[in-house]
Amino acid sequence: MAVATRPDPRRTGRLVYGAAVVLLCAWVLVPLYLLFVNTLSAPETVNSFPKSFLPEMDTGSLAFFARFAGMLDALWNSVAVAGLTMILSIVIGAPAGYALSRFDFPGKATFRLLILLTRAFPLPLLALPLAVMYIRVGLDDTVLGLALVHTTLAVPFAVLITFSLFSGIPLELEEAAWTLGCTRLSAFRKVVLPLILPGITASAIFAFVISWNEVFAAAVLTIENRTLTAFLLQNLDTSPLHLKFAGGFILVVPALVFIFAVRRYLFAMWGIANR
Amino acid sequence: MAEIQIRNVAKRFGEYQALRDINLTVADQEFMVLLGASGCGKTTLLRIIAGLETPTEGEVWIGERRVDHLAPRDRGIAMVFQNYAVFPHLTVFENIGFGLRMHRLPDEEVRKRVHRTAELMHIEELLGRYSGELSGGQRQRVAVARALAMEPDVILMDEPLSNLDALLRLEMRAELKGVLAESRTTAIYVTHDQVEAMSLADRISVMHQGRIVQAATPVEVYRNPAEKFVAGFIGNPPMNFLPARSVGEGQWEVAGITLAGPRSDRPGLDFAIRPEDVTPDPAGLAARVRVVEPLGPHLLVTCDVDGHMFRAILDSELSVAPGETLNLMPRPDRIRWFDPETEKAVS
Repeated sequence: MAVATRPDPRRTGRLVYGAAVVLLCAWVLVPLYLLFVNTLSAPETVNSFPKSFLPEMDTGSLAFFARFAGMLDALWNSVAVAGLTMILSIVIGAPAGYALSRFDFPGKATFRLLILLTRAFPLPLLALPLAVMYIRVGLDDTVLGLALVHTTLAVPFAVLITFSLFSGIPLELEEAAWTLGCTRLSAFRKVVLPLILPGITASAIFAFVISWNEVFAAAVLTIENRTLTAFLLQNLDTSPLHLKFAGGFILVVPALVFIFAVRRYLFAMWGIANR
Repeated sequence: MAEIQIRNVAKRFGEYQALRDINLTVADQEFMVLLGASGCGKTTLLRIIAGLETPTEGEVWIGERRVDHLAPRDRGIAMVFQNYAVFPHLTVFENIGFGLRMHRLPDEEVRKRVHRTAELMHIEELLGRYSGELSGGQRQRVAVARALAMEPDVILMDEPLSNLDALLRLEMRAELKGVLAESRTTAIYVTHDQVEAMSLADRISVMHQGRIVQAATPVEVYRNPAEKFVAGFIGNPPMNFLPARSVGEGQWEVAGITLAGPRSDRPGLDFAIRPEDVTPDPAGLAARVRVVEPLGPHLLVTCDVDGHMFRAILDSELSVAPGETLNLMPRPDRIRWFDPETEKAVS
């Protein structure tokens, strides 16, 4: 490597670029770091000053979180709602994605646009009338009711992800299976499904995360059976600092891990890369 | 035993008429090539036989059964696709055995047949690999082996060699011909490459604008094109055409010389001759040479005859230069005549 002896504009450019990258990473990582350090510190340390830069690996805060009344129920509700959302959005979204990629039907382009448009409605606009309706039909404050709302949020993504996944599988493969003795269904099961399964999983996990992170509808539509996000929001001003950190940690970690696991497919969905 | 009959088949995609009034019989164990430029309907016809498209009108019979209402899996066919369609999540072994397993053959039989066809296609050493670890030519072999392993009545091939490089294509072509002759299945093969068609086919069906223009042996298609389109499509370079004017009693005046032709009450016909069927002769057509291309065994000479382009393939020992005038005499037995209005051959 040659050593630059004069100021080189390209080098300056690289410096600026590098600084920008560091800044952006810090923007995301520093709060995560603080969350991490504080969660794994004893409650006393969390409230004291100065801070240590290394976590104490004390599970005191987490243990306190687990004992906090209603917290575990809320956690369970979150998991149940997110799980149900995941199943519903795949069951509804994947066939729609398959239809979009394999069949031509009138209004296909409009349909695709409509799928995206569902995301254009602000959630409060949906949640408040829904709350009224739910109370009438008795779906309010239930896991199923909230999962249905979260499904409407997650389905557009499920459709778009599976659409791009199905489109990536040549129709020729299915046709080959048909000529080799498959029905439409068995060709799907023997050829398309094995190829698409990782992508379906990714799409399911993404739906899970959408539900897991959602707070507005959860706060409006549940009272007794709060999800973790709604529960934490409700107790935000009254709970001690270490509880907030522990709750935040419990919320952030699964979402982070899942999104990291499926990043390849999310990139594919947005057309960045498909490797 | 599987003869294929296509009766009055037509296919429309909305307003677009992809196939019109197709009638074709492919004899048992015959190798039939559907030849035509892209968009002529040849792939659509193949897909109708396979059951991947439904005909708008007409019937398809394989053997003694009418099959146009049946799903592909019930037709006793196997198909080789243009892009191979080798399943990427299965090994070569499982790819070749896929159809056999779908038909619930016992494991032992599957193994036997897979090994036999793999041997036939020279891919025994690849059986454990996945499609991603194969070259294009190897994938093609797997695709053919997968079709052959089914021991189908009919094997359908949709431009199977078009994605291979030239040398490999030549090699696979010869191999395919040998393997299919041995397997004794009826074969329908779609291609736009006339050399491929000539070398493989028992009979060629030349297709144009959704119709079968001529279905005959390669030599017949080459020597006696049924329509002007076939004459201008087959052969490299294709036939030369010149307008001919009737001078009565089966005599026709072509670019200043008089030739014997069919007795017809038409005032004019199109005279046609293959480039290799002319010889220098003082009594022949006056041709002004424009371009001379020495191609080794012969010269390809592009000339101007009475304002029309005319190509001749001449002996490479002849010395010709652009600007000179040649006199070229067509071989009388090789001259063909076409009706300028119907474009059909006249004899």
